[in-house]
Amino acid sequence: MYNGGKIFIGLIIFVGLLILPFYLSMGKAIAKPDPKVDTPVIKQMAVKQCVESKDFMKTAHMQMLNDWRDSVVREGNRLYTAADGKSYDMSLQNTCMKCHSNKKQFCDECHNFVAVKPYCWDCHLMPKEGA
Amino acid sequence: MGLGLSLTAVIALILLVFAGVKGANLHLLFGAVIPYAAFIIFTIGVIYRVVKWGRSPVPFRIPTTGGQENSFPWIKQNKFDNPSTTSGVIVRMLLEVFAFRSLFRLTKSELKDGKLVHGSDKWLWLAGLAFHWCFLIILIRHLRFFTQNVPFVIQLFEALDAFFQVGVPLLYLTDIFLVGAVTYLFLRRVVFPQVKYISLAADYFPLLLILSIAVTGILMRYFIRVDIVGVKQLTMGLVTFSPVASESIGVIFYIHVFLVSVLFAYFPFSKLMHMGGVLLSPTRNLANNNRMVRHINPWDYPVHVHTYEEYENDFREKMKKAGIPVEKE
Repeated sequence: MYNGGKIFIGLIIFVGLLILPFYLSMGKAIAKPDPKVDTPVIKQMAVKQCVESKDFMKTAHMQMLNDWRDSVVREGNRLYTAADGKSYDMSLQNTCMKCHSNKKQFCDECHNFVAVKPYCWDCHLMPKEGA
Repeated sequence: MGLGLSLTAVIALILLVFAGVKGANLHLLFGAVIPYAAFIIFTIGVIYRVVKWGRSPVPFRIPTTGGQENSFPWIKQNKFDNPSTTSGVIVRMLLEVFAFRSLFRLTKSELKDGKLVHGSDKWLWLAGLAFHWCFLIILIRHLRFFTQNVPFVIQLFEALDAFFQVGVPLLYLTDIFLVGAVTYLFLRRVVFPQVKYISLAADYFPLLLILSIAVTGILMRYFIRVDIVGVKQLTMGLVTFSPVASESIGVIFYIHVFLVSVLFAYFPFSKLMHMGGVLLSPTRNLANNNRMVRHINPWDYPVHVHTYEEYENDFREKMKKAGIPVEKE
């Protein structure tokens, strides 16, 4: 091979970059995010039901919160009518966090897993938690 | 012809996943087996092509000379476009790889009022540069799915990409630029007759494939939502060799992954190999020192030469008889 040394170094770097993600995760167990829904408020609920269905909340809660923010801050409308007809006060701290008061065991569980950093707490007060 | 073929191929690929995942429930095949196979084909294929290139001799220096070559001390040399030293070549290669310098010099000729006019044409350079940089940033960003504790650098890329905090999930700037750039690169092959004339299926197919990958990715992030935790569990399973195919993830994810797998597997067989090829281009990576250094043909071997002296030794007597003068009696 002509200029074999240089080409070899290039290929080593190429393969190294490809192997890097495998190397970094080598021997590590994959964390399984487990958002806890066992706060005192949720435990007292007769029907354990969020504002919308679980599947909807799982994939679209961020868009809902964004819509709520726009609705409250820009239009002054605080009333949210859910798909099942119930009405809720559009408020992160008073509605969402009333039940999900365990940010560390609920919100952060998945957000940290997929490295998402929501900017909710840039403006809102971070809930105070024991642990 | 090429366009129709490429379009049909991409649509067929998408339908294939749709049938495989929705119809036949082949989550593990499309979520793990095919990505692994594609990764192996990509790695081995690229190495094979590069080694094959490396084995071809380059007996002569053939750099393209884009400026004044090294000459008398009172003539100013263009050190980067016509480098005569290794450091000059390194700068030339860096400019070529990171800024597409030779594409920057692209010119366009057209008839204007019956006259042939030549002018600079920066659109291809701009779209090409935007596309390649966006693709790189998107690739780096995607590593958040393949690392458990996402390294700071990857998070930094992501934060900068979503700098303007538009909408939720945050809009990535590279998404917009990539789709815009690829659309331009595709349209120029369809709209400009000169470019259309020389475009083949091998030109349309990668563009349409990359465009489909981008569109499915964007759909998945902003419109048709998927279970992102399930996605990361699958991808982390891939890098730890314990794949778990989740049925809770939407089919759009499997389409995205399959198209990426096709791109990876197709890579070593296609013009996309210019990723490695740019570094191995003799027209770019050789110093123009033809007149300073003697370059010896690498496949030269000692040729057996039959000298006149030996010839005369062989035929001296016959030459004398025929009256031909000889040098040695």
